[in-house]
Amino acid sequence: MAGIIKFGAYIPKYRLGPETLGWNSRSERAVANFDEDSLTMAVAAGLDCIDDIDRGKIDGLIFASTTPPYAEKQSASIIAEALDLRQDLFTSDITGVLKCGTSALRSALDSVIAGSCQLILVLVSDSRQAPPRSDVERNSGDGAVAFLIGTQNVIAEFDGFYAVSQNILDNWRSSNDPFVRTWEDRFSTEEGLYRVLQAAIDGYLDKHGLKPSDIDKLALYAPDYRRHSSLAKTLGFDTSQIEDPMFDSLGNTGAAFALMMLAKTLETCSEGQRVLVAAYGDGSDVLGFKVTNQPLHNENSLLVSGYLCSKHVLENYETYAKWRDVWEMDDGSRRPTANSPSATAIWRENEKNIRLYGSKCAACNYIQYPAQKVCVNCQAIEGGSNIRLSDQPGYVFTYSMDYIAGTVDVPLVITVVNFDCGGRLLCMMTDREVENISIDMPIDMSFRKLRVVNGIHNYYWKSIPKRGLRDERD
Amino acid sequence: MRGIKDRVAIVGMGCSNFGERWDSSASDLIVEAAYEAYEDAGLGGEDIQAAWLGTVSSFRTGQPLAEALKLDYIPITRVENACATATDAFRNACYAVAAGIYDIVLAVGVEKLKDSGFSGLAIPEAPGSDVTPPTPPPSQFAMAATRYFHQYGIPYDQGKLTLAEIATKNHHNGTLNPKAHFQREITTDQVINAPMIAWPLGLFDCCGVSDGAAAAIITTPEIARSLRKDYVLVKGLGLSVGAFGILRDDWDFTHFPETVRASQSAYEEAGVINPRQDIDMAMVHDCFTITELIIYEDLGFSGRGRGSEDVHNGSFTLEGDLPVNTDGGLKCFGHPVGASGIRMIYEVYKQLQGKAEGRQLKKADLGLTHNLGGRPGSFTCSVAIFGTAG
Repeated sequence: MAGIIKFGAYIPKYRLGPETLGWNSRSERAVANFDEDSLTMAVAAGLDCIDDIDRGKIDGLIFASTTPPYAEKQSASIIAEALDLRQDLFTSDITGVLKCGTSALRSALDSVIAGSCQLILVLVSDSRQAPPRSDVERNSGDGAVAFLIGTQNVIAEFDGFYAVSQNILDNWRSSNDPFVRTWEDRFSTEEGLYRVLQAAIDGYLDKHGLKPSDIDKLALYAPDYRRHSSLAKTLGFDTSQIEDPMFDSLGNTGAAFALMMLAKTLETCSEGQRVLVAAYGDGSDVLGFKVTNQPLHNENSLLVSGYLCSKHVLENYETYAKWRDVWEMDDGSRRPTANSPSATAIWRENEKNIRLYGSKCAACNYIQYPAQKVCVNCQAIEGGSNIRLSDQPGYVFTYSMDYIAGTVDVPLVITVVNFDCGGRLLCMMTDREVENISIDMPIDMSFRKLRVVNGIHNYYWKSIPKRGLRDERD
Repeated sequence: MRGIKDRVAIVGMGCSNFGERWDSSASDLIVEAAYEAYEDAGLGGEDIQAAWLGTVSSFRTGQPLAEALKLDYIPITRVENACATATDAFRNACYAVAAGIYDIVLAVGVEKLKDSGFSGLAIPEAPGSDVTPPTPPPSQFAMAATRYFHQYGIPYDQGKLTLAEIATKNHHNGTLNPKAHFQREITTDQVINAPMIAWPLGLFDCCGVSDGAAAAIITTPEIARSLRKDYVLVKGLGLSVGAFGILRDDWDFTHFPETVRASQSAYEEAGVINPRQDIDMAMVHDCFTITELIIYEDLGFSGRGRGSEDVHNGSFTLEGDLPVNTDGGLKCFGHPVGASGIRMIYEVYKQLQGKAEGRQLKKADLGLTHNLGGRPGSFTCSVAIFGTAG
């Protein structure tokens, strides 16, 4: 029986909301911090999903996004290192269209059914950039969702599939375009969205001999609230059957949008319920699932609802605009331009930088980061084992706040993190409110984009204040 | 081990004006410092048998020293050892004389920092994966300050005041020094309310960035005696390199073992038993006010966590029992990295000779210099001790 074994989500901490100066909208949307992108959010969603899973059993990873960091170079291979997955791993990126997330899910299901993989992690993530102050910007949101696909102990059984392909220019972006482009709204809605989704969902129901009333929940893509509700009505679904599209709390997360609704539905659905997810983009994918009696084992995961509560609303639009680089800045420092990172050094240091391995001395058990050939404690040589620090609990030993370091996020907070298991790491802190930082505060490690130089997206880990189920605006 | 005590002497020193020397090249600064040293010693370039040039980023080899001074095909070695660069050039020169290889040698430190267009310290790094967080020096030492306040339960305002008293002390001393970059009094209020650079360190907690050069002529005590009465003897030279602090999760960030170890070896060579009593003056690496506070404790001038008390009591002022940074320190001279160590030795040399003008201390028979290069957890530290010939 193929299906979803576990799921997880990630929604960035920050929001544009009614109280944000210059935002001019009554609804709230999630925005990625300046050091986040679709790849780092996918890592975070993956961690939320596989928290208690034996990572060595995962033999496939598919990353889906319309906003991968590279035009050429796989993202899944970077994510696999950050999640510390095994080396004999099937990896794939599926990109270029809004429905790539459901395509990834379908591919994963097909693979486990065919037996070519046993356990595949599907990560769908998007951080889509629209022109400043456009409707698309207002309705978009950033986030990622994760599904672990296999055949054992599934919580939602794969129940059916129907696809429609449609060549249409309603949303598009060429390599050099900074923003998503759209054609006239009425054309896109009538000939694209409404017609295609109607065909896809009708097709699914016909194919499987079902009526709308047989479906308990529908996770339905639409670009904004108005179109979402009118589409649901046209399709013949009741409000109670429609999963909340979260336009007032999250926004349209692109490739991850319909699947984010699916994840939210799975948090609360009960045995025997039939759930549909309908994604849109150059056609539509509709996937059906039937909820099993397997319990949700996600005590440590925040999931969609947890991440929706853990938030901080930005004071002004300018902050967000600087993060997205749509606000011209000149700090006047004439700081020397950064040199390209060395590709050989990046490759050599995969375990140190991306898997975040420290070493534990075989002779004296002292944990040190980065891994040392000669132990700092007992000077024994080459006798250490790797220890992954990315998911170890830790706290701030000391910190500084640099107001002139030339960062988007002033001040640049530098932390010395001590891990409870032993080991110390010097790293930046992100997603932080300056007034809440203190020595001894508990932290998590979060995979982030440091900078892009020479076209190289350089990723590493930062500390973040532990995120919980608490609204952090207090 | 015989150690260096009384085996070499300084017979001449020079120090350029420090500051934004827009009109001077690094070579011009070398000439300014070296010719003052020649004149002071009554010697010329033709007397120099070997030379050491300390510089971190201005030159790569010893050749620019030969070119600037037209030295006569003598051996020259360029030395680079972080903020201890100048002192290490001096140290190597001392050892060559002590070994009996040469009779008269020259050590020069120079740095030209103000041509980069960047107001901070711009030091190029080797290619790497570049994931190490950007932690310029203010940020690094700010982490020491944060932890120091925490460890000793010092409230922020009180900690800032202690640091401000260190800054105002050094600025006061700088007003008495025509060679200093900054020669202006500042108040503790100014220091405390200055723009934040790396919290909790503000603008006046940081030393400046300057151009400058300093030079020393080193010889045997016998030759020194033939040249002048008030030559100065080298009593101890300690150097300690550590790189382990940040790898250890039990290192406290509030003491720097490199300073402790370098001073221990220098004290041993010089026969210093009780540094607070034995040493008359010290020139220490006040790159940041917090650094000077921690150095007091690492050098054994103050007990652990007790530095603030000594600061409030004025112990380290010109009138105190152990004046520190009598020439204004890095706070007033800035930190042309390759020059600072010999600039500090220059002040000790002048004080020991009784030629420090308005800054002259009543008693100055044994003086110390201290440089700290690198970052908390990974320092190169030099400590040198000098005594009068009498």
